[in-house]
Amino acid sequence: MIAIFLKRILLAVPVLFAVASITFFLIKIAPGGPFDADKAVSPQVLKNLNEAYNLDASNWEQYVDYMTGLIQGDLGPSFRFPGRSVTEMIATGLPVTFELAFYAILIALVMGVFLGVLAALKRNTFLDFIPMAIAMIGICVPSFLMGPLLVLIFGINFELLPVSGWNQLPGDKILPSLTLGFAYAAYIARLSRGGMLEVLNQDFIRTARAKGLAERIVVIKHAMQGGLIPVVSFLGPAIAGLLAGSFVVETIFQIPGLGRFYVEAAFNRDYTMILGTTIFFSAMIVFFNLLSDLAALWMNPRSRDV
Amino acid sequence: MKNNSLWSDAIYRLSRNRAAMLGGFVLVILVICAVLAPWIAPYSYSFQDLNLGASPPSSEHLLGTDILGRDLLSRILYGARISLLVGFVATGVALVIGVSWGIVAGYFGGRVDTIMMRIVDVLYGLPFIIFIILLMVIFGRNLWLLFGAIGAVEWLTMARIVRGQVIGLKNQEFVLAAQAMGVSNLSMFKRHLLPNILGPIAVYATLTIPQVMLLEGFLSFLGLGIQPPMSSWGTLIKDGVESMEEYSWLLIYPGITFTITLFALNFFGDGLRDALDPKTSDN
Repeated sequence: MIAIFLKRILLAVPVLFAVASITFFLIKIAPGGPFDADKAVSPQVLKNLNEAYNLDASNWEQYVDYMTGLIQGDLGPSFRFPGRSVTEMIATGLPVTFELAFYAILIALVMGVFLGVLAALKRNTFLDFIPMAIAMIGICVPSFLMGPLLVLIFGINFELLPVSGWNQLPGDKILPSLTLGFAYAAYIARLSRGGMLEVLNQDFIRTARAKGLAERIVVIKHAMQGGLIPVVSFLGPAIAGLLAGSFVVETIFQIPGLGRFYVEAAFNRDYTMILGTTIFFSAMIVFFNLLSDLAALWMNPRSRDV
Repeated sequence: MKNNSLWSDAIYRLSRNRAAMLGGFVLVILVICAVLAPWIAPYSYSFQDLNLGASPPSSEHLLGTDILGRDLLSRILYGARISLLVGFVATGVALVIGVSWGIVAGYFGGRVDTIMMRIVDVLYGLPFIIFIILLMVIFGRNLWLLFGAIGAVEWLTMARIVRGQVIGLKNQEFVLAAQAMGVSNLSMFKRHLLPNILGPIAVYATLTIPQVMLLEGFLSFLGLGIQPPMSSWGTLIKDGVESMEEYSWLLIYPGITFTITLFALNFFGDGLRDALDPKTSDN
């Protein structure tokens, strides 16, 4: 197990290095400099700006510079917000995005596992069909539609919940978290139903029932451990999807998180910010994939001794 | 012989599956509407009725008009062209890359396989949505680039599925016989392997289309996908959101169209999977 862990970490380092390098050079070949879009500046000012940001050095020098900074956790200055560094901006946006993602995952897990396990246990009854129909809705209604619809219903028609913001009004975290969590609740419900159905047919479950264990214990202690492995393996990739979802949700609800910063950077052509966040997102996703693979490995008794 | 009976069996099973047939029916109607949009749309997608502005559904404009006085039904019909085109073309790109990658890796095996599949594993772990956004920022928001970028992201699962299938096939007698006759690699892939794995490919392709359409909608919603004056369902939803407080129909009708299409594609894809692989239809 430790060997697998070390091997995966060793693989992650060159991958991230490659991501950083490719992104860096992609941005270098992008047409136009970062100061083109502004009002016309005099050549002297432009020259000074380029000098200040070290843009007149050769690409190779800039690359070595950037990579040296990267190892020390310095992602360079933001081109659009003078005086602020990319690291600093990530540090402000990250806690917000993390909190949002955490609530969303929590909603997704609680709703998804509950509905999925219920559907598997009550297979082919209406307690199976209704949760699965809801799950299909969750998969087919994208977050960029679900969010506005929730706002329209709960925010505007019934005036129950705030329509935007984060941590400013009571209850303003509910709609964004629901929007982000709902699609994942749907996937998790389907995965846990499938996983549970597979496990419930196996011999050890029959043995557990035959020896007279309460159904509750059979389900919770015996079946769920194996039946939920697909859910755990899904969580890693889900984190990646959650980040992408946070772009949309943070834009809809005007939440000052990392996702919205990224989308704004993309619009403003804030190249250093794009570069920094891309590398940062990649590192996080590689890390969470690692974590979920390990958790799934650990839950599966067959692979525990490997 | 066997091939024929597999397909006719599958078609029989598919025709018994009501949800899948309904999905397929809706899809056929949508494709026809999209193709015929210039002829059946009541107005041009850019025609502005300057007397109207945003107006609710009426007998002249069945689904109402947007803020600029453009007929919403016509815009949805024209948007179907772009949305479905992205869905099919990007899936096609993913199909070509994924199938070739998977066949080569699975057939040659050994070190080639290890390296190729390790690359797939690594790519799986990367935040591709960010790369698409990056590409759109760097190279401008171009429709063909969008097809390529989305297709280049969605091929990974296809490669894995195809590789698995080819590994299962490559030690069967007909493959060994073909090898003994000295068939070239290319015609081995085209004539012997590909026809035998068409089923799983068809299933996965059908299920990839809705994912691709979601991705396009997502990008267009953020303003990074389809650019005006062209419109896709994603951009219509984006416009609808901006004015939903006063003119909710501008959000609701494009939203319903998009959702129904995704439902249809998913139901049809699930039905196709059950029809071609009866073993999995239980769960």
